[in-house]
Amino acid sequence: MARELLKGNEAMAEAAIRAGLEAYFGYPITPQTELLEWMSKRMPELGRPFLQAESEVAAINMVYGAACTGKRVMSSSSSPGVSLMMEGLSYIAGTELPAVLINVMRGGPGLGNIAPSQGDYNQMVRGGGHGDYHAIVLAPASVQEAIDLVVLAFDLAEKYRSLTFVIADGNIGQMMEPAELPPMRPLKRTVPEWAVQGAIGRERRVLSSIYIEPEDEEVVNIRLLERWREIEANEVRFKEYFLEDAEIIVIGYGTAGRVAFSAVRTAREQGIPVGLLRPITVNPFPSGRIAELIPQARAFLVVEMSTGQMLEDVQRAVEGRVPVEFYGRLGGVVPYPDEILNEIIRVAEEPIELGVDPLDGWLKRLKAITN
Amino acid sequence: METVETAKLVYSRPESLTDATMHYCPGCTHGVAHRLIAEVMDEMGIRERTIGVAPVGCSVFAYYYLDCDFVEAAHGRAPAMATGLKRVLPDRFVFTYQGDGDLASIGMAEIMHAAGRGENITVISTNTAQYGMTGGQMAPTTLPGQKTTSSPSGRDVELMGYPLRMAEVLSNMEGSGYVVRRSLHNAANIRKAKKAIRMAFEVQKRGLGFAMVELLSTCPTNWGMSAVESLKWVEENMIPVYPLGDYKVTSALDGIRV
Repeated sequence: MARELLKGNEAMAEAAIRAGLEAYFGYPITPQTELLEWMSKRMPELGRPFLQAESEVAAINMVYGAACTGKRVMSSSSSPGVSLMMEGLSYIAGTELPAVLINVMRGGPGLGNIAPSQGDYNQMVRGGGHGDYHAIVLAPASVQEAIDLVVLAFDLAEKYRSLTFVIADGNIGQMMEPAELPPMRPLKRTVPEWAVQGAIGRERRVLSSIYIEPEDEEVVNIRLLERWREIEANEVRFKEYFLEDAEIIVIGYGTAGRVAFSAVRTAREQGIPVGLLRPITVNPFPSGRIAELIPQARAFLVVEMSTGQMLEDVQRAVEGRVPVEFYGRLGGVVPYPDEILNEIIRVAEEPIELGVDPLDGWLKRLKAITN
Repeated sequence: METVETAKLVYSRPESLTDATMHYCPGCTHGVAHRLIAEVMDEMGIRERTIGVAPVGCSVFAYYYLDCDFVEAAHGRAPAMATGLKRVLPDRFVFTYQGDGDLASIGMAEIMHAAGRGENITVISTNTAQYGMTGGQMAPTTLPGQKTTSSPSGRDVELMGYPLRMAEVLSNMEGSGYVVRRSLHNAANIRKAKKAIRMAFEVQKRGLGFAMVELLSTCPTNWGMSAVESLKWVEENMIPVYPLGDYKVTSALDGIRV
């Protein structure tokens, strides 16, 4: 396959198709819509079901029904639409079905706007729907990585019978850059032993998320947790840049991580001992790697396009042993590399106190540059 | 001495019905509706190729009793879930079993659009004019003046609106192939209901679009009546508001006798 100039949303759609997607159900919402439009053209060409649902509520329940058959299925949406899907996602988790959802995040809360944001971190990483469950959450920082992670998402979803989310943002979805698509995989031929396809020559099967006896539900909750701990042990992914001798360690994912990379590179040119850790899986979170970096770190600097949602995960990993500083832009504003560079310089030059809430200073600095 | 066989079996449990003891209240007609579906699956020989979608409500455990593959939907979403199943397995029979709260209230969007798309699924819907499982609250189908636990002075249509007649509403959708209302209040009507359920599955078999059978049903417990009184209540109070009949029968079904 050759590198082509690809738009993020379309590239993710085509990647899913080549990964063996067997049915797509979705609903239009900016900045994700090109993904649905691509599916509407390509899936029928390949003789695979595509359906534009009447709502995100219906779309995710169509995914739920189709996932019960053991087929590779997915949906995609953006923040407000994903909120509507939370009911169905909880049922899919409770029924222990594999399914993939791409969330091209936008500014919020509420209707917000259509600009890139990372404000859905807590919703995607902490669960969002009701009940005790976890989902695998993958965060691409480029069109190429979005392609690769969409393919990985299906494999992880099926390996662990788990919900797997790809959280892109409006930047990743809308921008075009050179990338290479994977070859077309053949559709899988095997039917999982749990799938419901009609009781031909076997006992009937029921797929449900109801366990009316609390003791039975507890067993399910334990099974879900044990599966999650297995995922935590085996599936943590991240990328590192300039970390060998770094004393200041920047942590950012997705677009924020990519902008931070530019700033880190410039800071290195200026002789500042700074490096970048970019989580690929924000769930499971690379807490172990962060803990390993504590002895060499003077300070951590978390960069997000939210009010510090991932910051809490970093703070938990660092356990107050070195200062954790924060810089974020909000509401669909993407930080410039210079803003993050200034933060790196500030952390390198100013003494950072341990035990001070990083949000206090950040809010003051942010308000000085906003209206 | 020679034994003379005098007994002849005329009535037995359909193969598609399990021998589990039903959890439904005495006098409830869910058991009748389940049996009719099982008889139809037997007659058509489709049990192994049928996937049921159970709702949230009293019939949440329909899969204890119907001996085919089943999935369990979120409240009101059975038509969406059935859509997902049918789209990836178009040669299977997919049916939903939904109460009136599930279908006409929280699931209104899903049922309307399933019909609008002409989704080739079969919907069996029971109407008891209130919410059964949660203990008898007002539903969109509650009759004017009917007392429920959430309309204790009776449904005041000025404040609480009017009954929704789902068979009539869904019959207006171009995608609907077969939409009828039947009742389970006596033997003659149960026989008619059985034929309608058969026809609703025949519609799916022939790819003739969306099919729905609304069944006027009893809820003696929440209505505060005996089983016999409830059957009478269906006849005297529900049928005038929910007239029985064929609301949409596609001409493609002409000449098909079941």
